Amino acid sequence: MEQTKPLETLGTRQKIRHAFKAAVLIQRWYRRYVARLEMRRRCTWRIFQSIEYSCEQDQIKLHNFFSYLMDHFTPSSSKERDFISRMLTEEESYKDTELEKLCDYESVEVLDSYTGPHLSFPLLPDHATALLEAFKQKQQLHAHYVLKLLHETRRHLMQLPNINHVSTCYSEEITICGDLHGRLDDLFLIFYKNGLPSPEKSYVFNGDFVDRGKQSVEILIILFAFLLVYPKEVHLNRGNHEDHMVNLRYGFTKEVMQKYKVHGKKILKMLQNVFCWLPLATLIDQKVLIVHGGVSDMTDLELLAKIQRHKFVSVLRGKKRKEKSRHMDSKVINGESPVGVDPPRSSSFPGSCLQPGLASMASRTELSQWVRQTVEEELEKCRRQVGFSETPGDKELTCVSSVTMTESELESCETSESSQGEWKQIVDLLWSDPMPQEGCKMNTVRGGGCYFGPDVTENILQKHSLQLLIRSHECKQEGYEFCHNRKVLTIFSASNYYEIGSNRGAYYQANKTAHTLTLRQRISRVEESAFRALREKLFAHTSDLICAFKGYDQEETGTITLSDWATAVESVLHLGLPWRMLRPQLVHSTAGGLLEYKSWLDYLAVEQRSKEHIQSSLLETIYRNRSNLETIFRIIDSDHSGLISFEEFHQTWTLFSSHMNIELTDDGISDLARSIDFNKDGNIDFNEFLEAFRLIEHTHCDDKAALPTSDGC
Amino acid sequence: MAEEKEGAAAEAIIADIQKKITDAFEVFDHECNKTVDVREIGTIIRSLGCCPSESELHDLLAEVEEEEPTGYIRLEKFLPMMTKVLMERRYRPIPEDILLRAFEVLDENKCGHLTKEELVKYMTEEGEPFTQEEMEEMLSAAVDPETNTVRYRDYITMMVVDEN
Repeated sequence: MEQTKPLETLGTRQKIRHAFKAAVLIQRWYRRYVARLEMRRRCTWRIFQSIEYSCEQDQIKLHNFFSYLMDHFTPSSSKERDFISRMLTEEESYKDTELEKLCDYESVEVLDSYTGPHLSFPLLPDHATALLEAFKQKQQLHAHYVLKLLHETRRHLMQLPNINHVSTCYSEEITICGDLHGRLDDLFLIFYKNGLPSPEKSYVFNGDFVDRGKQSVEILIILFAFLLVYPKEVHLNRGNHEDHMVNLRYGFTKEVMQKYKVHGKKILKMLQNVFCWLPLATLIDQKVLIVHGGVSDMTDLELLAKIQRHKFVSVLRGKKRKEKSRHMDSKVINGESPVGVDPPRSSSFPGSCLQPGLASMASRTELSQWVRQTVEEELEKCRRQVGFSETPGDKELTCVSSVTMTESELESCETSESSQGEWKQIVDLLWSDPMPQEGCKMNTVRGGGCYFGPDVTENILQKHSLQLLIRSHECKQEGYEFCHNRKVLTIFSASNYYEIGSNRGAYYQANKTAHTLTLRQRISRVEESAFRALREKLFAHTSDLICAFKGYDQEETGTITLSDWATAVESVLHLGLPWRMLRPQLVHSTAGGLLEYKSWLDYLAVEQRSKEHIQSSLLETIYRNRSNLETIFRIIDSDHSGLISFEEFHQTWTLFSSHMNIELTDDGISDLARSIDFNKDGNIDFNEFLEAFRLIEHTHCDDKAALPTSDGC
Repeated sequence: MAEEKEGAAAEAIIADIQKKITDAFEVFDHECNKTVDVREIGTIIRSLGCCPSESELHDLLAEVEEEEPTGYIRLEKFLPMMTKVLMERRYRPIPEDILLRAFEVLDENKCGHLTKEELVKYMTEEGEPFTQEEMEEMLSAAVDPETNTVRYRDYITMMVVDEN
């Protein structure tokens, strides 16, 4: 007995040691698995972010293009001029009576067959909760009530100051929510977890209620309803997406027209006049400032308080139609100077710029840059001389008449400087982002607003005796993020912003220390769609990529190293992504560390190609331009009918082809227009529009092929 | 001549490794100032292909931390250390069969599965214990809800497929 005991003990000790070692092994392995998942999640995140920002840049370029045309295109007929002016003119902020006539709800009949919620004004809490219930049941609010709601909302907002002052004396706590972006489920979740707005529960919604998500309409209705029911407790700030120019591109306009086929136009017009009346900022207890984007070193709260905010219907447009009062409001398209120009004052522009002929433009980026510089020059000229001209007898003024400035009467007007300053104040508030470095510089990624450093934050907090700046505008992975020594808090409330599971939403409760995070991420699905988007982008740059790869393949072996692949891809796409981390998901077959790039590109193409006979370069160009084309189409389609006439198509083509450096005769365009109208109804819809573009490119390529080419690649 | 070529090839390998490390580092460099939070270093090292234990990780951290710990690790300290680790192929991942044997050691009755309670006990009391969060996450994927057991063979296979 005694002899076996030591043996037993030895066995047990060994067992314990083995168990320990086994456990360590398993834990080691598991932790590595988790780490790799985390890395994948972060990479996916970076992909979405970089693609989104490059889209925003595209949009700015598009606007530059239109401004350039506005200043340079000399319409050869009054018809052309009307067309352009219709396309580019700012919608004016209407008076009440005009608006009621244009967007009247009285004439919109509610039929007996309508089963959705009914509203009566003044609104009661029951109405608001009824709306919540109705939307949960996927019902839709009748256009009649939508319009009435918008009218009442506008009336209410008009009374509010630019900077809304809120005190926590009356309600115990205030909840601040960031970007919702049409995600109704998130709003439901916030109300569920935190409670509905009430006299005891205040809310501040910090802008970007619409676009991207598919229920922007419902969100607006709910927010406006609660705003009217609890005017002292519910506060809304304007975001950069409360802007019809942005809505054209990011889905809200589309959503409205889809849901309200008959009255969508009215609703959209009404919305323009509601958005411009949204307050620009909210101030809690004189201590916490809440704005959508951020601040700049020029931000002046006193000046902001005095601005007539409703004049800035969109901050992305060019010149505005003159108001009857003859007070000129001119706005720069965006305050952007070429990078490297200091200090960031909008009124300084480069004196000279290159003037290459259009035909010699090698790439779109060159053209865009040149366009941008030329636009800025021209605008500077305009500002120095005059706002825009007025032909005698004209009651309604159009921007385009500025093009023919020399022929018409010139009229001096005052202080374009001050209104420009005002515009900058607003853009800075709605579009800026914080940065870790000190200072304040142009936000070149967004194309508007600034990057502001901790010193800028400090200055503005001190100047106005504030303690904290709360803002949104940027999607943060955890739903929220502190920066600038915890003086700036970014809140982002739209979870699943990029794709289901990509981030968690958050809302911040003042007077409480908890930050509540919602929703778990599911990684692989998000990843999948991120990589799909990335492969699309890569495909769209196939020819540039081939050139770059060939540069690393001097001996023409058809292969390059994976390291060179990474460098080459970044040099073409400029997305700032960690390509070496992403490589395993993008490149599947390598032989000895080398990549056969042609077959890799073919593999990318297989995914994208829908018809065999489409040349890959055409497809590339279409893909690269598709969203731009769609935006242009929507701008042309000013009545939002989804159709454009032959005339309009012709105009569009002339403009676009000069931008794209494609030559086409007038007859060619007309023939094309006729042949494109497949169903011969005298109109062109968007798909036919795209098809037209493809065919034009095709013709262009054929012509090019006929000439001897000196291939730079 | 051959030596030169070899030298050049070796340099290229090192350069490649360094770019890989920098890329991984930058994913976590939120402020774009070549620093990362010290708590992310483990993730970065593991995603570069290494599989260190917690104590090995601590040793690595000690090499790259500042004298007065700031909570941040700088790339200029991290890069040479990590390059060496990758060149020397340290902390290699665990082959599937070894992992299987580890589970089998814990499976005292040799029945091909562990109960949920057994797994929790081992993972939170033995070795380098899991935090509650880690334990919950592992359970969510590992436990078969019908039998409330961990069929570790299947679990391993699933995780390995996931990785690829």
